[in-house]
Amino acid sequence: MDQNQTYTVSIYTENNIGLLNRISAIFQRRHINIESINSSVSEITGVSRWTIVVKVSEIQIRKIIGQIEKQVEVIKAYYHTDDEIIYQESCLFKIKASLLLEEVQIQDIIRDTNARIVTVNREFFVLEKSGKRVDIEELYQQLSGFGIMQFIRSGRIGISKKPMEISKLLASFHEAK
Amino acid sequence: MNTKSKNTAPQIQSQRMTGSEAVMHCLLAEGVDILYGYPGGAIMPIYDELYKYQDQIQHVLTRHEQGATHAAQGYARISGKVGVALATSGPGATNLITGIADAQIDSTPMVCITGQVASHLLGSDAFQETDIVGISTPVTKWNHQITKASEIPSVLAKAFYIAKSGRPGPVLIDITKDAQFEEFDFKYEKCKGIRSYIPVPKSEAGSVEKAAALINAAKKPMIIWGQGVVLGEAEFELQAVMEKAGIPAAWTILGASAIPTSHPLNIGMVGMHGNYAPNKLTNECDVLIAIGMRFDDRVTGDLSRYAKQAKIIHFEIDPAEVDKNVKTTVAVLGDAKTKLTELLPLLNKNEHPKWHQQFKDLYEIEYEKVIKKDLHPTKQGLTMGEVLKEINKQSNGNAAIVSDVGQHQMIACRYAQFNQTKSNITSGGLGTMGFALPAAIGAKMAAPDRDVVAIIGDGGYQMTIQELGTIFQTKVPVKIVVLNNDFLGMVRQWQELFFDRRYASTEIKNPDFVAIAKGYAIEAKKVSQRADLADAVAEMMAHKEAYFLEVSVEKEGNVFPMIPTGASVSEVRLE
Repeated sequence: MDQNQTYTVSIYTENNIGLLNRISAIFQRRHINIESINSSVSEITGVSRWTIVVKVSEIQIRKIIGQIEKQVEVIKAYYHTDDEIIYQESCLFKIKASLLLEEVQIQDIIRDTNARIVTVNREFFVLEKSGKRVDIEELYQQLSGFGIMQFIRSGRIGISKKPMEISKLLASFHEAK
Repeated sequence: MNTKSKNTAPQIQSQRMTGSEAVMHCLLAEGVDILYGYPGGAIMPIYDELYKYQDQIQHVLTRHEQGATHAAQGYARISGKVGVALATSGPGATNLITGIADAQIDSTPMVCITGQVASHLLGSDAFQETDIVGISTPVTKWNHQITKASEIPSVLAKAFYIAKSGRPGPVLIDITKDAQFEEFDFKYEKCKGIRSYIPVPKSEAGSVEKAAALINAAKKPMIIWGQGVVLGEAEFELQAVMEKAGIPAAWTILGASAIPTSHPLNIGMVGMHGNYAPNKLTNECDVLIAIGMRFDDRVTGDLSRYAKQAKIIHFEIDPAEVDKNVKTTVAVLGDAKTKLTELLPLLNKNEHPKWHQQFKDLYEIEYEKVIKKDLHPTKQGLTMGEVLKEINKQSNGNAAIVSDVGQHQMIACRYAQFNQTKSNITSGGLGTMGFALPAAIGAKMAAPDRDVVAIIGDGGYQMTIQELGTIFQTKVPVKIVVLNNDFLGMVRQWQELFFDRRYASTEIKNPDFVAIAKGYAIEAKKVSQRADLADAVAEMMAHKEAYFLEVSVEKEGNVFPMIPTGASVSEVRLE
C-alpha cells in the first residue's frame, strides 16, 4: 500500500477558469510531479473531464482525491490503477519526406505498428500513432535511426472499466434540492 | 439551480443600477452591517457607493489591509457570521493574503472583495494589477473574478453561501473597475446550492450506531473536540454526550470555550503546550472520540506513536480530513450538532470514576510542577499566568479573550476561564503574529456588549500596531494587554531548549508603548510590580473606552508542559 505506483486520476468538474491552478496546487503542495495532464469535454454537456497521471502511494492518492473533491467546482474525482482502465496516448512524428521513398524499411515499420500517415508534402510527412506508452516508445526507437525532425506525445486519456455514473450523481443532486 | 428557482422563488423585480451599487444591494441582502477595508484606485466606484449607503453599512477604515482581514475574522469568530473585507487591486489585494490564509486554515467564514484594473487591461501589467485570483487560489475555499456587472448578484450570492456553509472558509471576489461602473438590470436571489458542492456530507449508514457501540463498550473513553463544535453550534449536544456517558473531554486550541472551563468533565487542552493529563492519557484511552478536529501535528506529536492503543471515532464535516493524519476505526461524516444528537440516545449512562481519577492525579502533578508557579509565583518578576488569573477574576470569566501568537497565547489558552462559547479568538493553524489587535477590533464591534480583551506579546503587537489608529478613529472600546518580556519569547524558549541558548535575533528593543497608545488618545498604563497588577487590571476593566495595559513580565519564562517536536504525546515534559 505504501509502494509508489502509477495512478490515473479522473476528475469531473464544472468548466471554470482557474480550476487548473486549484487542482495542480494540490499536487504541488505535496511536491508531487504530474506525469501528464489532459483536459477535455466529457459525456455530459458543460462538464469537463481531466485525466492526470501521477506516481504515488495509495495512501497519498486517497488523501489527494479527498482534497480535489473538496474543491467547490469539482463534481467527482476517481483514481485507478492501469488494469482498471482502458487508456491511450497519442504521438506525432515529423520526418523528411524523401525517406519515405528511399528507405523501404520505414513503410514496413508504419504497416507493422499500425501508425498512420497524417500528411505528406515535398519536405516532410507526419506520422501518427495511438496506443500504450511502450508501443510509442518502440516506434520511436525504430524511427530514430532515420532522423526525426520533430516528436510530440500527448498526455494519457483513459476510460474506466467500471461505470462512473456522473449523470446519476448530478441527477441525485437535483432531486435532493 | 434553475429548476429550483422556477418553482419556489418569488418573482423578483429587476432594477437598473451600476455594478458597484449592486454590490451594496448584495451585501445588504446577505445581512452585512460592517465592512473592514481600505480604499484605492480600482475599488473607488464601490467606495463611492459606500458613501451613499453609509447609514446602512458601516465601513471601518483599518490602517492596513491585513488588519481588515483579521478584523473581519474577529467579527466572524465571535458572531458566527461572515466577516467582510474590502481592498483595492495590487498591493491592497496582496496585503489581504495573510488574513485569507489564516481564515482558510482556521475555517473562518470571510468574504473579501477586491477591486481590479479594467478588464481591457487584464494581463497587461497595468498600474496596480496583480493576478490576485491566481495568488489567492491555494488559500481560499473559492475565488472568482468578475468582469461584467451582470455577474455580480449571482457570484456574490455564491460567495456568501460557500464561505458560510459546510466547513467554512474564505472566499475572494475580484471585480474589475469597468464592471463596477457598468449598468445592468439587478435582481438578487440567495444561493441555495451548487451542484458540484456538498457542504454537509452524508454519513455511512450505521456509523453512528457503530460509534455508540464502541463508546458503550469502552472502559477508558476520551473526547477531543475542536472548532467544529463551535462552528456547528453543537456545544449543548457535546455537553450532553459528555455527561451522559461520563466521558472526560479535552479540546484543541480552537475548540476552547465551547464547554465552560469549570465543567468537571472538561480536562483541558491537548497539544504541544496543552495539559499534562489529556496529552499523557491520549496514549492510554481505549476509545478516542474526535469531534470537529483535524489531528493537527501540534496536537498529535509523533503520529506513529499517537493513540495506537485506541479505537478512533472521528466526527467530521470534511471528508478530506478523515484518515488524513490518523486512521479512524469509525468515521461519522456530517455536522457535529446533527450527529451528536443522533448519538446521544444510543449511549448508555456511565461514570468511569477510576478513569477520571487518573486525570485528576496527573492534574495534581501538573499543578505542583507548573500551574502553581505560573499562577501563584513567589519569585520576583510577574508571570504571564498571574496576569491571566487576574483578568479571569475581574471579568468573572465572561470576557472574550483574543490572543496573538507565541508564549502569551499558550498561557492565555491554558489559563483563561471561559463561561461561554465563542470566547477564545486566536490564530491557531497559521500562527499569525499580529492577529490579535485587529481581530479584537472586529470582535468587539460584532459583540459590543461583551468585554473583549486582547492579550498580545511585544513582538506580535508591533506587527499590526498601526491598528491603534483604527481604535482611535472608531473609538471601539477594546482592552489591550501587552505582556512584554522584551523577547520574541516562544522562539527564545526554543533557542534555550534546543539551540544551546543562542538567542539569534530574539531580543527585541521596544519603544515606549504607553506613549504610543497615548499618541492615539488611548488611556494607557504600564505595570511591572505584582502589588500593582490587580489595581491596573481593575482600572482597565472598569474603563468605558479603549484601554492599553503593558505588563512587564519575567524576561526568560518558559511555557510548560511541552511536547518537543518529534516526541510522542506521552513524552510531554513538565520542565
